[in-house]
Amino acid sequence: MRELRRYYLCVGLLLIWGLLLAGCGKEHRFVTKHTFKGTNNIVISFAAPVDESWARDSANYAVYEKSDPDILLKITGVTLSTDKKTVTLTFEDELNQQQHHILLMKEIMSGGRSQGTAIVTAKKLYFGYLLSILLGAMLIQNFVFTKYLGLCVFFGTSQKKSTAIGMGITFTIVMIFSSMMSWFLYQYVLKPFRLDFLQIVVFIGLVSLSVQAVDTILRKVNPLLFKAFGVFLVLVIANCIILAVPLILANNEYNAWESLMLATGAGTGFLIALFLMSSVRERLEIANIPPTYRGLPIAFVVAGLFALAFMGFSGMSIF
Amino acid sequence: MCPAVGISTSVMNGLLLGIAVLFVQVFSGCTIAAVKDYIHPRIRIPTYTLTIATWVTVIDLVLAAYMPEAYKAMGIFVKLIVAFAIITMRLEMFAAKNPVVPSFWDGMGMGLGFMFGMMTLGFVRELLGSGTLFGHDVLGFGPLLFFVLPAAGFFCVGFMMALFNYLELVLNRMKEKKG
Repeated sequence: MRELRRYYLCVGLLLIWGLLLAGCGKEHRFVTKHTFKGTNNIVISFAAPVDESWARDSANYAVYEKSDPDILLKITGVTLSTDKKTVTLTFEDELNQQQHHILLMKEIMSGGRSQGTAIVTAKKLYFGYLLSILLGAMLIQNFVFTKYLGLCVFFGTSQKKSTAIGMGITFTIVMIFSSMMSWFLYQYVLKPFRLDFLQIVVFIGLVSLSVQAVDTILRKVNPLLFKAFGVFLVLVIANCIILAVPLILANNEYNAWESLMLATGAGTGFLIALFLMSSVRERLEIANIPPTYRGLPIAFVVAGLFALAFMGFSGMSIF
Repeated sequence: MCPAVGISTSVMNGLLLGIAVLFVQVFSGCTIAAVKDYIHPRIRIPTYTLTIATWVTVIDLVLAAYMPEAYKAMGIFVKLIVAFAIITMRLEMFAAKNPVVPSFWDGMGMGLGFMFGMMTLGFVRELLGSGTLFGHDVLGFGPLLFFVLPAAGFFCVGFMMALFNYLELVLNRMKEKKG
């Protein structure tokens, strides 16, 4: 009973917190909504119809990225909806939607009266951003099919479905471990001491270390699991994805959550690729293939077809 | 194997990566050959990996300093030379058993072979994809954009492997006839 009460209390507190956040989220009483639309548009909604002469003048708007307040983004067009409550700003360049954008509107005129100057921040939901990193690494920028990484292991272990799944799972686990460790090491050791040029040496050492550690721990703790997955552990070191992800994390200065998402995405992406490929190759075993194409050549052609299919994901953005 | 498909969109990229691999192969081969008597056999593989990683770092920094544009085009692939199984394998098979000078020539041979393969692939893809060679217009028009796309790399490698298999088959048949 007591636990149930505690549970309710938690939910209640969370709700109140959410409501407070929602209340504080509104930055100006007259501007009700402002979001990104497409690659270079921002849509602003107002509480009441605004004057057309004010809205159409692009000099009344100033937009800049929060990190670079000196660089004003160039507005090429302003369109007003028919009910005069929504304004769409079109920008010359693509907006970097990962950045927070500050929107400044001078002296909003509505019904001939000024509503004051509004400064609001347009940003993406952080959770959505994290999910987009995950999906991006998994499907849109699949490491195997669009970045060509990890091919040796990909072609080596995709002959049977069971092997493929075992390899994929082992790989995902080692991937998350090693990339989180290397992220930590890079952010808190290499960067403060200005040793970033050592990243290749450190990362490869760390990967082989963590593989060895997982190997030893698994052997003692769960011999059954070790029998199933132990074979793949050695192969994981030879995979370039496992080295590429820490390098990408270091280059892009991701934070801990983003790193976790990228590592998970890369791992599951590899698992998906392996599974798809092994399903096809099991069928290829019984197919009648010209002798010159038997083995690897046909596998490469199949991978090319998958890569073509995966191109369909490019340009997709859900959040 | 990964970069063979990854950045072989032009001859220049293929050549540069080939040179980078050549240098790494030669230098790490010589290093291992020189110090092989001091390496404990049980830790030899990690030692090879770290040696390769060191030389890759050197090549990476040199490229970044002297050829910034080409370096940008190759992106992360230069750093990923570390994960080339072929280099480690060659060190284990040759450099660990032979003195410095033969290891040098062995590395040269391996690197040149790889460079040649990369350039052939780059040649095919650049010619068919954008109609140029080394950035110079050869055909005068861009025939098939498809060949510069990621997917085409897989197709090209697959077809080239099949071609080599076919040649081998033909050669074997000729030998049998002679025999």
